[in-house]
Amino acid sequence: MTTAEAAPEATERSVPKPVFTDAEAGAKEFPDSKARRFNYFTPSKRKQSHYEDVTVEVQPDPRHYLAQGWLYGFSDGRGGYPLDWTVLKAWGGDRPEPERYPGSGGKGYDWPAHGWHEFRDPNEEWELTLYRYGANVVRQINQNVEIARQAKAFEQWNPNWVRFVERNVGAWMHVEHGLGLYLFANANRRAPTNMHNNAISVNSMHKIRFAQDLALYNLTLSEEIEGFDGKAHVDTWNEDPAWQGVRRVAEQLTAIDDWCEAIFAANVVFEPLVGELFRSHLVQHAAPGNGDFVTPTVVGAGEYDYAQRDLRYTKAMFQLLVDDKEFAQHNRQHLSAWLSTWVPRCLGAARELQPLWSQPDAKPPRFEEALDRAKSRFSGIVTELDLDVPKELNQ
Amino acid sequence: MTRQSVAKAHEKIQELAWEPLYHEPVSQYGTDYTFQKAKKKDPLKQVLRSYFPMQEEKDHRVYGAADGAIRGNMFRQVQERWLEWQKLFLSIIPLPEISAARAMPLLFRTVPNPELHNGQAIQMIDEVRHSTIQQNLKRLYMNNYIDPAGFNSSLRNFQNDYCGTIGRQFAEGFITGDAITAASIYLTIVAETAFTNTLFVAMPAEAAANGDYLLPTVFHSVQSDESRHISNGYATLLMALADEGNHQLLARDLRYAWWNNHRVVDAAIGTFIEYGTKDRRKDRESYAEMWRRWIYDDYYRSYLVPLEKYGLEIPHDLIEEAWNQIWNKGYVHEVAQFFATGWLANYWRIDPMTEKDFEWFEYKYPGWYDRYGKWWENYARLSHPNGHHPIVAEDVDYQYPHRCWTCMVPCLVREDMVMAEVDGQVRTYCHEACRWTDVEAFRPTYQGRETPNMGQLIGHREWETLYHGWNWADVVSDMGYVRDDGKTMVAQPHLDLGDQKKMWTLDHLRRMPPVQSPNVLLNEMSPEEREAFHANYVRGGPAGRPAPADA
Repeated sequence: MTTAEAAPEATERSVPKPVFTDAEAGAKEFPDSKARRFNYFTPSKRKQSHYEDVTVEVQPDPRHYLAQGWLYGFSDGRGGYPLDWTVLKAWGGDRPEPERYPGSGGKGYDWPAHGWHEFRDPNEEWELTLYRYGANVVRQINQNVEIARQAKAFEQWNPNWVRFVERNVGAWMHVEHGLGLYLFANANRRAPTNMHNNAISVNSMHKIRFAQDLALYNLTLSEEIEGFDGKAHVDTWNEDPAWQGVRRVAEQLTAIDDWCEAIFAANVVFEPLVGELFRSHLVQHAAPGNGDFVTPTVVGAGEYDYAQRDLRYTKAMFQLLVDDKEFAQHNRQHLSAWLSTWVPRCLGAARELQPLWSQPDAKPPRFEEALDRAKSRFSGIVTELDLDVPKELNQ
Repeated sequence: MTRQSVAKAHEKIQELAWEPLYHEPVSQYGTDYTFQKAKKKDPLKQVLRSYFPMQEEKDHRVYGAADGAIRGNMFRQVQERWLEWQKLFLSIIPLPEISAARAMPLLFRTVPNPELHNGQAIQMIDEVRHSTIQQNLKRLYMNNYIDPAGFNSSLRNFQNDYCGTIGRQFAEGFITGDAITAASIYLTIVAETAFTNTLFVAMPAEAAANGDYLLPTVFHSVQSDESRHISNGYATLLMALADEGNHQLLARDLRYAWWNNHRVVDAAIGTFIEYGTKDRRKDRESYAEMWRRWIYDDYYRSYLVPLEKYGLEIPHDLIEEAWNQIWNKGYVHEVAQFFATGWLANYWRIDPMTEKDFEWFEYKYPGWYDRYGKWWENYARLSHPNGHHPIVAEDVDYQYPHRCWTCMVPCLVREDMVMAEVDGQVRTYCHEACRWTDVEAFRPTYQGRETPNMGQLIGHREWETLYHGWNWADVVSDMGYVRDDGKTMVAQPHLDLGDQKKMWTLDHLRRMPPVQSPNVLLNEMSPEEREAFHANYVRGGPAGRPAPADA
């Protein structure tokens, strides 16, 4: 005889139950049921862009909607993002914050309150774009270096070129790192809108990534080339007289208090006159003749960051200020003064680099030729911004 | 990644740092803390060569899920009660995220350790990620959820709404004042290490239970970055602890940051989780239970207490008091009731509680019905316009509260309210700890010690002041909480869309008595009147009940 044992009682797991709520768009009609656009800003073009939707007005402004004002201040009582953290001005910036008091209401000035809010990053950078771009760059660099390693490409390098790369290409990583952290990352706290600060943050990451690209490339070379001194870049940066001018001006750039001056001096003056001079007119031109097809791909990625993206937002940012309907003249004066200050400093640094041109066996085009091209590039940028080319360029 | 290991790569990038020879980087932020230069390892060990592809992969998952949610008609199963509260949450949170990015430079010059700066720079760009990915989630809700009102006006409304202003402390506290107080203690040691657990782990679980699996997708992705940021804070804290001269400041800042985070985050997230859910299974954790697990056990007992042996003075009393507020004094329930009282001054709809909700609350918080049940019944009764005012102007045994000058949440646990005259103004505080924050901590001297870098509490901290004497219809118009027919309000005290007769409009508000600022009225009183008012106020509650008449 068999006895059927009572089946254990099935216990129902405790989980939330799906419920049909019909809470999807279009299920009902009522006021605002079709109002599916952010309505608190005016797009720069006819239609709001995805970039604008995720960026504009995240950083508030007491002249605009911020009814109760900033809530926490520094020890001097100032909060938020003071407009006078740069001497440059955008229209409406001199208007006082709307007065708020018992019974005043909360309204500020109409959008955009002042000209700073008109800036849009032409690269339209937000998280999706910046990671996609960064991931593509590092993947490509990895592949380039890896295939070169497999192909024993570094064996083609002549000894002088090995020394050149370990010392000079290596030294450049310090420039990118220092400016990326202490100029650009630092400046992301300073500008009055989210559009500015996000663009500056992305610029910062370009530089920090490029610095690391160079450091890790240096590590690979240490592993692949017998006798490659992976620490030589540190000595070069610290002691080589040819590099002290670059170092001096890089440090001086991080010492700038005014965030606009910092971005302008770095991206409009230093990069074309020193950065591109070294990267494009020396490394990129000299490498192929010395049997090196790898270094240009690593350095080229950083060059692209600057030439195609960082310079692009920088021009858009300063173009607005140069053309400002209220403060164009004021801004032009300051920008011209900054050109007069920074052009001689950067030219001095550039000239101190001159001995590098004679180091490789296969020589790049002459230094003076390279400098002329760098100057011409710089003049083009300044002219595009409708500023006068400073007389100091001829020094 | 090539053959090089992450550890080797990370070691290599340490060669990037250099000490200035000719010019020091600009120093723009002050601190009263002192740091010795010390070799402190970057705890993140993050190299951008692996970081970018990792983040891109995380993005693929997030955006794949977003696509799936739309194709799979997720919004047919989303609870409106839940999504409505996201109009508040997702208007607040992108600013704290981006403020955390902005906060990182505060540490560059004040914490003299280049190795940590690498981690801080990566945190900066992580925070840009968080801010924009959250904005994008909100945009998706706006485009696909039944009621876009409040999402579509999100950032304007966040900036002029009193709830948004409360939440804004969670951003501004990171970027101003003493650099270490702000960017290290308030941001990383307390906000990120303690309270992101409830924000980014507990709350997404509740979202999923309400049919929304996109919020968990986005916020768990965000939280996977937070764990790295916590390491940043820990490394800086250990450096600060190494100098005994910092211990007094650390004790001050931990008290302030802990209490302010409790007041702000528990108010908001507690309300979302307890009053924004339709999941009333008895075995689902209440906010109090989550808090006990995530914050009391995981943060306080496992993270903070072990630091005591290094000289960190832990505010045990305030941690126990926060629990006392949540468990015994009904802090979250008082806040939710206040939000619902003031529904008309907001930009989302608040669903009335039902019998099923009552039962759950009574089970989880014994005694809840006696305190709050009657009021919520009144809320449901008054939810559709029918010749009466919104609940704030009806007699439902509720005394409109004063605001706390410090945390700006009203003084809802009436017995704890304290007053002080500061800078020529009489201010009210929700608790002695908030009075201490304003009167003692945020000052240029602290316990006899010069603290010239400490920040200040500024701004128009009582929202009602701005609208003192205004008609409610004008208030709502001024703030822009009106739908596209020009009269129907964005906010509603119910979820019944589609029947215009049930919708509150500006016309209904015109008949109401004007807004009165409690603080303006308080300052118009004589000292004796104020004392009498205070004595009466602290006898009020719970659930906002006025003090019983003297026998």
